[in-house]
Amino acid sequence: MFEAVMFYLFGGVALVSAIGCVASSNIVRVACWLLGALGGVAGLYFLNFANLLGAIQLIVYAGGTLLLIIFGIMLTSKSPWITYNPKRWEVVTAVCVGAALFAGTAIATLSAGLKPGEAPMTANATVKQIGTELLTSYLVPFEAASVLLLAVLIGAAYLARAEKR
Amino acid sequence: MTIGLTHYLILSAAMFACGVMCMMLKRNAVGVLVGIELLLNAANVNFVAFARYRTGAMDGQIAAVFVILLAAAEAAIAIAIFMNFYNNAATIDVDRGATLRG
Repeated sequence: MFEAVMFYLFGGVALVSAIGCVASSNIVRVACWLLGALGGVAGLYFLNFANLLGAIQLIVYAGGTLLLIIFGIMLTSKSPWITYNPKRWEVVTAVCVGAALFAGTAIATLSAGLKPGEAPMTANATVKQIGTELLTSYLVPFEAASVLLLAVLIGAAYLARAEKR
Repeated sequence: MTIGLTHYLILSAAMFACGVMCMMLKRNAVGVLVGIELLLNAANVNFVAFARYRTGAMDGQIAAVFVILLAAAEAAIAIAIFMNFYNNAATIDVDRGATLRG
């Protein structure tokens, strides 16, 4: 019962915020709605025994990535481009594509007849377990990710540097 | 009213559709980036739900960690590119970014 209430609460927050992202025409409001979506998804992680992942979501996503997006908006959006109202045919096309995508995925999910696996998770995944997995079974992707982050660091600093024109 | 895997999959499908619509409807490049973040979050919900209900192991959560890492890296590079484009074109309207075509 508690879980159902929490699922509908967090899922509702995430979904309403996602719809708000689509429906707002002001780019600043889109970023604010994104915060709600990220927070709702973090709640769903906590509900699914993924405490570390929920914390990472709040710190890295809501704290870091969203801050970056807001800075991007502040530095690039001058008044004529801060809002954009899509034309009618664009809205119709987008809603048709979105509805078709959702209907297709939902029908596929409902007709798949998914049953719970033999050993569903019953306790929180501890940080120790995840760290051990990362440094044993997932060592190669972990190292590749660190190289990727180094490349991103250098590339972003190079691309965004102040340039005299 | 027990919550099962199907609930999470339907929710994630709805969020994914919202992300695609967001990418299609926004003309500001940052808006398109927000749509991509919604897509990645919807995929992550699936990863975590499958890890809990199907495998019972950590694999799905670790995949989600890598997805979050890639999303952060992608946002950093994307914002850097927007800045650079803004220096040259004084806007980040995606329709103005057609000068790279061959």
